[in-house]
Amino acid sequence: MPKPKMFEKPAGVKDLLPEALEKLRSIESRVLECMRRWGYSEIMTPTLEYYDTVGAVSSTSDHKLFKLLDRNGTTLVMRPDMTSPIARVVASLLKERSFPIRLSYHANVFRAMEEEAGRESEFYQAGVELVGDKTADADAEIVALAISALKAAGVRDFNIALGHVGFLNGLLDENLPDLPETQSVLKECLMIRDYVGYRNVLAGLELEAEARHRLEGILRLQGDEEVCLRAQTLTANEQASAAIRHLREMREILSAYDVAGYVSFDLTMIGNFSYYTGMIFEGYAAGHGFPVASGGRYDNLLAQFGRPAPATGFALKTNRILEIAQPETGMERQRTLVVYAAHRRAEAIRYAAELRSRELTVETRRLEAVAGGNVAQPTEGGGYIVDGVRYAHVAEFI
Amino acid sequence: MQEILKVAMPKGRIYKQASRLLQRAGLPIPEDVHEDTRKYMIPVPEAGMEFIIAKPVDVPIFVEYGVADIGIVGKDVLMEEQRDVYELLDLGIARCRMSIIGLPDWKPVLNPRVATKYPNVASRYFRQKGQQVEVIKLNGSIELAPLIGLSDRIVDMVETGQTIKENGLVEHEVMYDITSRLIANRVSYRLKHEPIRHLCDMLQRSLHETEARK
Repeated sequence: MPKPKMFEKPAGVKDLLPEALEKLRSIESRVLECMRRWGYSEIMTPTLEYYDTVGAVSSTSDHKLFKLLDRNGTTLVMRPDMTSPIARVVASLLKERSFPIRLSYHANVFRAMEEEAGRESEFYQAGVELVGDKTADADAEIVALAISALKAAGVRDFNIALGHVGFLNGLLDENLPDLPETQSVLKECLMIRDYVGYRNVLAGLELEAEARHRLEGILRLQGDEEVCLRAQTLTANEQASAAIRHLREMREILSAYDVAGYVSFDLTMIGNFSYYTGMIFEGYAAGHGFPVASGGRYDNLLAQFGRPAPATGFALKTNRILEIAQPETGMERQRTLVVYAAHRRAEAIRYAAELRSRELTVETRRLEAVAGGNVAQPTEGGGYIVDGVRYAHVAEFI
Repeated sequence: MQEILKVAMPKGRIYKQASRLLQRAGLPIPEDVHEDTRKYMIPVPEAGMEFIIAKPVDVPIFVEYGVADIGIVGKDVLMEEQRDVYELLDLGIARCRMSIIGLPDWKPVLNPRVATKYPNVASRYFRQKGQQVEVIKLNGSIELAPLIGLSDRIVDMVETGQTIKENGLVEHEVMYDITSRLIANRVSYRLKHEPIRHLCDMLQRSLHETEARK
């Protein structure tokens, strides 16, 4: 690679200019405030973690981790998500705290991605983890809070697809009992959303007509609550039936939250992560080609840090939300300019301080710093233009 | 009001077959919707669609980013690009195969070289077979490579076998059978689930009928 030009940055990272950052901060504060009202306390963890702890248990595949060496030659990773660092904290620093524990975060995470637009190596996630509660109520709370947070962020038109890994595991076990390898091939097909591949694998198997019908049928298990009813008729397996009961209970609770209208079901969804153990969901918003939220239950993670506990949570992809969110207008900050000549400096600074104490945004400038004799040019839309910058008011001490 | 589906259609060889397939499935696509106009975006309000005419290799990109809701594209391109999209249906059109091709008297060489338009697929394939080969990406006239000594073999698509025959080459091994697929964007698949599902059902029914007639 040639030596980079001075203005260049590594692939996949971005500068956030004031306008974009202001929008990001506004989304961030509204989302965190929303999470706080549901009883979640914000937490911050370090950017660097050990490869052998957080790196090893993370759901992010090894080749996407940014790795580096510390002074002793120990391998570190830049955190690829916030879930595993939080699991580490819950199992160590918060060991004495009793369950359930509710934590929230807004943080940058790092993943080595292909060099392409929209695939950042450093991006922002706002999310929550609810540790120590295994009920459908906890899962429904997570989905309802995700919906609430998306609304708070200013996302208008969105939909949540809800699934459960237990259904698929149970159904595959029931119909292909002695073929664990075929089961994983089929799951792999569903994971990469290759329905054609899934059907081709089935076509190559010797199956009873009934079993074939059931296995092909799951590709149609997408839609409203009626999907759960249909799914129930497809299986007698205990794990699969339990998954369906869990989803139906969640659906009932989500109705109580009055958000069931945002939720559709998809029993073919098994998520990117092998570590999800129960319900999983993704959020999709009009105007963005990639999901804006994802979450699920991960009951095996905490045990790896020595404090076994059920856990569930979600993360919003704040970068993507930034592109589509429409926060309330009028957010643009009104600025006041105080100009002064040297001999009236003290008076001008006192005046600026007084305005700031009334929560106004004030800039001060000594007169020599302003070009031209006539300082402020009034504009048609109200306000003034000084050296190309717009101010709502200009106060002169000259 | 029905939402318009944005459909990425592949320019060239597959276009006619794809549009005929949609017609056969019962979609009212007017005869005069051609790809040979210079327009890249063609509204088809009769079918509740808008065609986006793209180079085949770009179809999965348009669909992955969501600028097209669905698309029609060959499995060869999908394997090469590995985009994150739903692969919903095997449309059974543009049937051909991806093969390893070489001169008739080809024998294993010390430094095997393979020229291809599909470097990712070819590298993966040979790696999985435990063979060490150098892969050279070319953009066209792949058959030329073994003739002028750039590589000893090529990986390319074979439909009738006419081109390789005319160049004095033979098919050594069929790697994959290839057909065109219907793909969908991850978000469109949720937010426009009804129209996409409906289209899938129509296509599937028509494909079964064609199959049954054979």
